[in-house]
Amino acid sequence: MQLTGAQALIRSLEQEGVDTIFGLPGGAILPVYDPLLDSSIRHILVRHEQGAGHMAEGYALATGRPGVAMVTSGPGATNIVTPIGNAHMDSTPLVVITGQVATASIGTDAFQECDITGITMGITKHNFLVQSAQEIPRAVAAAFHLATTGRPGPVLIDVPKDVTQSMMDWWYPASVEEYDLPGYRPEVPLDEDAIARAVALINESERPVLYVGGGTLKSRAAQELRAFAERTGIPVVTTLMARGAFPDSHDLHLGMPGMHGMYTAVTAIQKSDLLISLGARFDDRVTGKIPAFAAGAKVIHVDIDRAEFNKVRHADVAIQSNVGAALTAFDDARATPRNLDVWWKTINEWRDQYPLVYDEPSAEGPLRPQHVIEAIAAKAAPGTIVAAGVGQHQMWASQHWKFEEPGTWINSGGAGTMGFGVPAAIGAKVGRPDRTVWCIDGDGCFQMTAQELTTARSEGIPIKVAILNNAYLGMVRQWQEMFYDERYSEVYLSADLPDYVKWAEAMGCVGLRARTLKEMHEVIDEANSINDVPVVIDFRTDAEEKVFPMVAAGASNDDIIVHPLQRGGNQ
Amino acid sequence: MSPPEPYLGEVSRTPVRHHILSVLVENKAGVLARIAGLFARRGFNIYSLAVAPAESHARFSRVTIVVDAESAPLEQIVGQLDKLVNVVAITDLAPRDAVERELLLATLPLGDENRSAMLDTITRAGAAIVDVGPTSVTVMLAGTPAACDELEAALEGFTEVELHRTGRVALPRLA
Ligand SMILES: Cc1ncc(C[n+]2csc(CCOP(=O)(O)OP(=O)(O)O)c2C)c(N)n1
Ligand SMILES: [Mg+2]
Repeated sequence: MQLTGAQALIRSLEQEGVDTIFGLPGGAILPVYDPLLDSSIRHILVRHEQGAGHMAEGYALATGRPGVAMVTSGPGATNIVTPIGNAHMDSTPLVVITGQVATASIGTDAFQECDITGITMGITKHNFLVQSAQEIPRAVAAAFHLATTGRPGPVLIDVPKDVTQSMMDWWYPASVEEYDLPGYRPEVPLDEDAIARAVALINESERPVLYVGGGTLKSRAAQELRAFAERTGIPVVTTLMARGAFPDSHDLHLGMPGMHGMYTAVTAIQKSDLLISLGARFDDRVTGKIPAFAAGAKVIHVDIDRAEFNKVRHADVAIQSNVGAALTAFDDARATPRNLDVWWKTINEWRDQYPLVYDEPSAEGPLRPQHVIEAIAAKAAPGTIVAAGVGQHQMWASQHWKFEEPGTWINSGGAGTMGFGVPAAIGAKVGRPDRTVWCIDGDGCFQMTAQELTTARSEGIPIKVAILNNAYLGMVRQWQEMFYDERYSEVYLSADLPDYVKWAEAMGCVGLRARTLKEMHEVIDEANSINDVPVVIDFRTDAEEKVFPMVAAGASNDDIIVHPLQRGGNQ
Repeated sequence: MSPPEPYLGEVSRTPVRHHILSVLVENKAGVLARIAGLFARRGFNIYSLAVAPAESHARFSRVTIVVDAESAPLEQIVGQLDKLVNVVAITDLAPRDAVERELLLATLPLGDENRSAMLDTITRAGAAIVDVGPTSVTVMLAGTPAACDELEAALEGFTEVELHRTGRVALPRLA
């Protein structure tokens, strides 16, 4: 059967089970948009290509399936660079298709030419410049294989216009052998010797901690984690990328570690004698000052990517494996720490002494951002998905929302990309239409990608957006307050400009505003009653509010700063 | 305050703790850029790099990289390199386990006053004359990196020398 390259591309995506593409057309990708009309694949027309990328990420994080985005060459391609970089940092499986100028024009500075494979070389797991129409099926099959196996990540396929316009004989690779990836071996056999050494370390530990990272979610190991934790009684911490991997309601869960982590999670790591790292990468936001990080602990490091071993922290035992298989092996060997009663007694004292706290909200406002999040959570259906922007609101969302299952927390961790929230929430809702999706956003972040609410309205994607409007680039303001003598430089945004309610309405959404506690409850109820169009709520919050606990950048985790209400005494 | 000196480089001899990575790669467009880009963004230093088609097979090339094992732990360099999809196999050779050879070409002016000193240097190094011009010669030395280092050092005293080195290739020692 003869097809055009464009038809072959769409057909290849269908072969891979793609149900949704987020994208925006233009000259170089035009041929591919034609057969799309005849395909069962849903296309979501974004208003900016960055939106397409973050939507694809949100879709992937909520469903565990790769997100797909398609854009044109030149500026279309460069506009999606930020999401690609973001997905690379967070190991999110994406397949991004970019149009390219015709092969004969490559290298001539042709209209809308840019070297997107060169630009994204360092921020993709791999990329392809497809040279002929006949190669399209292989490139697509290989891209999905690469994006979703081993350590997942973004893969880019650059397709010149003449390639999509020329004819090919349809074929599709029948197996991995036909992908032509001689250098790619994502799975390695479990190292039994390393498992035995890890089990020995666990067996002699008295103060172990399960340090759970995003890799635990990527390898779908939440069940194995729960089984192992419950059998051994080892306390669990979940990083920003792993929220939802272990239920927040579970008694063994100490919460999130790191710069804005729970006091107990941070301190338990510091005092531990064994860290069992599961798909975590010792990010500086978790470790603080590295030599002072868990200085008395041995480390078992489980990761599918061996380049993570000994990169930041020496691993006493390194196990290259997906998280689930390693945990099952520990269980099979009945790995069991010493009696943990003393350890738990200490931990529970920290828990009692330093719970998460914030100042009492006053009835007439301004609202407390933490309280707003808790109020939304209290009225949210179980299984609600939460996406966030980047800043204070993100940290509060991670701290105050109770995550109970994988795929319910959608955020930008490694890159910290402002503007991620709204499009990621849209992508998550497309992937999980059965779930309620809230975006907890900042006023600064919202302004970066809010135009995608037009997309959401026109495509019928009813997300709910809570803007924690503190009139500031709040996280930066917090640092200027604490570390730059309250010298505020370029962080004020104004609470009233833009008018978020009118803006929401202009995009066909429902716009609401809350300044008082009473209004807060009313608007949340109203938002929950609307299920056909997106809702945006402008919550007027206190600009002075800061995120605590906090470990200052580069400081030791031992020097964690707790909330002012908890200072004095031990601090 | 006077402006800081521009960077003029440091005297570059084989780094003390170097390793030789013999890397089999797919012979695809951009592979070298991927390797170079990886080293650059991770802050790994390449001391020398040699590339050629591998084992008369058009599908693969062999890249021999001498890495400075002080710029980063070798385990990191190998681990990150191995993640490049086009990298098929990496052989890591410690200098004591490898036979290393390199080629040096140098064009030397043969002025009257330096002629005998120059010829003396060439002969002692065991270099061969491979091209002769009216006022200069081109010599070649194929030998160990240390022998090439030595000849390069010996030629440092002369002016107007043009010297090129290939970077080394290596194979494991047999015993
Ligand atoms: C694209 C981008 N630019 C700049 C930053 C630096 N930055 C981190 S948080 C932040 C402030 C975010 O403001 P807002 O969305 O209002 O959230 P808030 O901290 O006030 O909750 C900034 C500017 C970033 N993370 N991403
Ligand atoms: Mg703000």
